[in-house]
Amino acid sequence: MSVTEKSEIAAAPQRESASARPRWQVMLIRPELMTFVLLIIALIVASSLSPYFLDIAYILDSFTLSAELAMVALVLTIMIIAGEIDLSPASGMALAACTFAYAQQAGVPIPLAVGVGLLTGLAMGLLNGILVIRFQLPSIIVTIGTLIFYRGLAQVIAGDQSIRVPEWFIGINRVLVFGIPVPVLVFVILSVVLGFVLSSTIYGRQIYLIGTNPIAARHAGIRANRIKMSLFLLIGITASIAGMMTASRLGSVRYDIALGGELQMVLMAMLGGTYIFGGRGSILGTFLAAWLLVIVSTGMIVANILPAMQLCVLGVLLIISIIATNFIYSRTQR
Amino acid sequence: MAANSTSSATPLLVSRGISKQFSGVEVLSDVDLDLMPGEIHALLGENGAGKSTFAKILAGVYRPTRGTLTMNGAPVEAYSPIHAQRLGITLIHQEPISFPDLSVAENLVLGHERGSLLGRVHWAGMERRANELMDMLGIRIDVTRPMRGLSIADQQMVEIARALVGDSRLIIMDEPTAPLTPKEVETLFGIARKLRDEGRTIIFISHRLEEVQALCDRATVFRDGNLVDTVNVADVSDDDIIRLMIGRSLKEYLHKQRTTIGDVALKVENLTLPGVFSDISFDVHKGEIVGVGGLVGAGRTDVARALFGVEPAATGKIHVNGSEVAIGDPSTAIDLGLAFVPEDRAVAGIFSSLSVEKNISAAVPGKITSGGIIRRALEHAVASDSVKKLRIRLASLQQPIGELSGGNQQKAILARWLLTDPSVLILDEPTRGIDIGVKAEFYDMIGELAAGGRAILLISSELPELLALCDRVLVMSEGRLTANFDRSEATQESIMQAAVPRSADQEVAA
Repeated sequence: MSVTEKSEIAAAPQRESASARPRWQVMLIRPELMTFVLLIIALIVASSLSPYFLDIAYILDSFTLSAELAMVALVLTIMIIAGEIDLSPASGMALAACTFAYAQQAGVPIPLAVGVGLLTGLAMGLLNGILVIRFQLPSIIVTIGTLIFYRGLAQVIAGDQSIRVPEWFIGINRVLVFGIPVPVLVFVILSVVLGFVLSSTIYGRQIYLIGTNPIAARHAGIRANRIKMSLFLLIGITASIAGMMTASRLGSVRYDIALGGELQMVLMAMLGGTYIFGGRGSILGTFLAAWLLVIVSTGMIVANILPAMQLCVLGVLLIISIIATNFIYSRTQR
Repeated sequence: MAANSTSSATPLLVSRGISKQFSGVEVLSDVDLDLMPGEIHALLGENGAGKSTFAKILAGVYRPTRGTLTMNGAPVEAYSPIHAQRLGITLIHQEPISFPDLSVAENLVLGHERGSLLGRVHWAGMERRANELMDMLGIRIDVTRPMRGLSIADQQMVEIARALVGDSRLIIMDEPTAPLTPKEVETLFGIARKLRDEGRTIIFISHRLEEVQALCDRATVFRDGNLVDTVNVADVSDDDIIRLMIGRSLKEYLHKQRTTIGDVALKVENLTLPGVFSDISFDVHKGEIVGVGGLVGAGRTDVARALFGVEPAATGKIHVNGSEVAIGDPSTAIDLGLAFVPEDRAVAGIFSSLSVEKNISAAVPGKITSGGIIRRALEHAVASDSVKKLRIRLASLQQPIGELSGGNQQKAILARWLLTDPSVLILDEPTRGIDIGVKAEFYDMIGELAAGGRAILLISSELPELLALCDRVLVMSEGRLTANFDRSEATQESIMQAAVPRSADQEVAA
């Protein structure tokens, strides 16, 4: 390029680019910040209600009740960032738990029965993926359909009975490693792994690209369908693991395990600042939101707030989080 | 400023010191302009020069930061499109905004109808009024038809007629001719002249200087947010106007570097996608720039999309560097050494909320990772190298690309594709919507890329661009290739001749 004669052009249009925001703003004004602040507030309020909240063991123990849903919410976060959604995994947890329990009751050895549960998870993800990707149907509708379908299948398999699991399989939540209940540990490890994958691998990068602008992503040669299919499989598998962990925690399996759990999963992702229209969000946000939700729910129980009122609080929390997220994104995106 | 014939009359609208800032950046400074009744006044300037901002202030879309507007001696104070419309100022949009399922007549009176008792609509009266307006404009459109299915030209006519319903004194046309055929442009001009002769004022925004010469009485040129000059169109030449717009003449920008033309890089045979394009055959050699001219909707973009696998052709053969290939999706095309800078940057090009860095590296995962893990330092180096090479102006590589100007966004997209080291580069209207200054840089870059042995397919609606840059010019019309001109045969006339749709028998002859 002949540069000499162009210096004039380069200097001329002063308003070519807007000035960048100060770095501290870029760093601080993120949706996770809101989650973090809410978490701190919740901790302060809760510990003033009950000194138990200053006891880490009590918080960890409370968290085991939500750890399974929170695990799935992590994968759901990635799914939403990629521009799709899956509302079926709570039903999927129940279905996988039921196939697992049914198989072991029928005499299949436990490791094989776990395999059956995992395969169920894969199959559920595959079905969702095929419907959304091959048939180009909107994932929100498809997965509402499979939400009902998987729950129904679980009921067909288990009937109205509780299926018991062997004594030694019960109580994963009471096994402590370094003083941490296993479900919580699994959740933390999964957070670290998925957080790394999403933020630092090309796979994660392409998920953001697809979610931000699917057409531009296609033009840039990104194979969105493969990535989305892998996410449906991943969330299916995760749901099946979470389902079997729930079975171990409860000691028996019913078709109504994790009933309505999809709402808590969505709540965690939204509270964590995931943008419902895709392209933005983080694992850290959902990680913090999971803790926030546990502390708020437990805090309300400790404070003897009526169950109906607790639901209201959660609903309001969800709406506030969506408003705040949208507000923050509209500010940071001129 | 040249004296003009209407100077004795009282101005319709007087602008004094009109300025506009967007988030602290001044995009329009101290515009003083008198608009006379009964004149067609062109606003000219590069994109971002301030002419559209000024027009939008007149139409009440933006509120000026400073300055005053006076209409017929009375200050204009409240700014909103509705208020402007009540004052008799109407902005005609380039892509008319209307209600596609309502009839023409309904669209015409919408917002103007006077609700009668119980809000009943007078259908017959409405149609009669609509027909009167159409007659006044001398156009024939069935007013009972729905807007959907009307050509863009007819939709524009309806918008203009709508302005007359409110008896607008000032009608602003923002690039009205861009989507029109030459014949439709003539009709539009006829109507504009008629309205002028009735004493109305028309503001005409266009990039096509020949249209300004043909239609306008006076022209005001903007540059970098300032009003540079207002001239009588009859007194000046195109070159004078260009000099005012860019501060120097266009010839200095357009120069083709001579390159050696090598082997065939891309060969297309009988490419067909039913209903879109058919029987397209051509080739592009290494080091060659082949232009594709034609009207909007001639199928040029569709051929490019087919070549890149976005929407593959149904039949036909594609050869890349000598071997036949099947391109089913863009990732295959990229692996084969193709690159495609699409026409619609916002839809198919940029990831608006993501950083410039991530935008630049989007198509070359292999260059920023090792073992699937992104190496930030590597990515930063790759991106900042591109920014330097293409002289992309930005505040920071971490800045969302949506904050950059159109020209710099386009440079970033080009940078993305140059990183893939393509042997065939398809550019679809690469300079649309970018400043002349940045355009010049693009022309140089395209020339250099060809000189570097790349084959370039350049789709452009700007004839001077095609003529100045290309070694050969293909022309498409209604989904067919109608001409393949050598550099020496291509002229504005010959390209337009081939671009305008003909009846079937003439086509065979061609």
